[in-house]
Amino acid sequence: MSALPRAVAQIQSTAIWIVVTLAIYALARWGYARTRNPLLNPALVSIAAVIGLLSVTGTPYAEYDRGGHLLSFFLGPAIVALGVPLALQLGEIWRNVRAIAAATTAGSMIGILAGVGVAAALGAPHDVVRSLAPRSVTTPIAMAIALRIGGIPALSALVAISTGVIGGVIGPTLLRSIGVTSRLATGLSLGAAAHGLGTARATEEGDVEGAASGMAMGLNGIVTALLAPAVVAILAILFGSRF
Amino acid sequence: MMALRSLFGVGRFSFGLAILLLFQLLGSWLVSVAHAAVPGSVVGMMLLAAALHVRIVPMSLVRPTADFLVRHLALLYVPAGVAVMLYAELLREQWLAITSAALASLIAVLVVVGLTVQRLERRAAVLP
Repeated sequence: MSALPRAVAQIQSTAIWIVVTLAIYALARWGYARTRNPLLNPALVSIAAVIGLLSVTGTPYAEYDRGGHLLSFFLGPAIVALGVPLALQLGEIWRNVRAIAAATTAGSMIGILAGVGVAAALGAPHDVVRSLAPRSVTTPIAMAIALRIGGIPALSALVAISTGVIGGVIGPTLLRSIGVTSRLATGLSLGAAAHGLGTARATEEGDVEGAASGMAMGLNGIVTALLAPAVVAILAILFGSRF
Repeated sequence: MMALRSLFGVGRFSFGLAILLLFQLLGSWLVSVAHAAVPGSVVGMMLLAAALHVRIVPMSLVRPTADFLVRHLALLYVPAGVAVMLYAELLREQWLAITSAALASLIAVLVVVGLTVQRLERRAAVLP
């Protein structure tokens, strides 16, 4: 094949995989909007559908990602964009600063330690263990943290989305069963444990819960990004290469 | 007229995107200077929130772009998530460790944060 047709073919396959991703995502969102079933999470369904399509067509990931990485490029600015809701919430955060500071530091620390601790105890290799450190934060931040601390970003994404879905489904029931009735506590807990998906559920519980959850989610992303590298570094010094 | 307005919209979107990218660069630069393992984009997010709060950057400049990106956040991480297919074997071997660790972390955070905040509130309510 001469250079020009090859370039055209490359541009075509790049365009095709972006269009396919957009179409699958649009369909997944439509399906979710119709069923309102939290297990049909659009991101999870889209990822599964794209993987299925790539397997069926025998397309390697590298070829898909020629188009895909054009979407991934916007993850960085999208994380920065989360500064906008954070700025809008600052006044409200300041009014509940004690509860929120406690929720985010305790939540972030426990989330990191339980994730990496259990994974290491069950014999998972180094990169898997580190992928579990940012489990409780919003998916793009979880991937960014994984990339910086030697985890597998895609695995962190999968774990963050799945536990977010589960947290949204079981969270309120679990909290009631252990006697948590406060609306502030319920919201902060859902946001700290299950990021955006916990926040979506918290918003259904009530507007106090929703607002609290959004704040806990935003701050947990920041606190975990700051803590996770230090925590895994200390664990590696104390307990060796498993961490 | 419509075309002109949408052109204006594209311009505003690009300008907002440029500001977001600028903050990302600033964050990455700070992180590399400090030799920290913190993602530059997260530092950029903190800087943007601060800049918006003290009104160095007007909210109206970034809000349309930011709202758009945040609304479609899930779409943006689909390709990066698809990369799990490269780790199929690792997932098959380690699925038990991964699911146990993930669920333990989820439940621990839910319980600890819920109980801590509720206790703090009760204590604050008892004290004057």
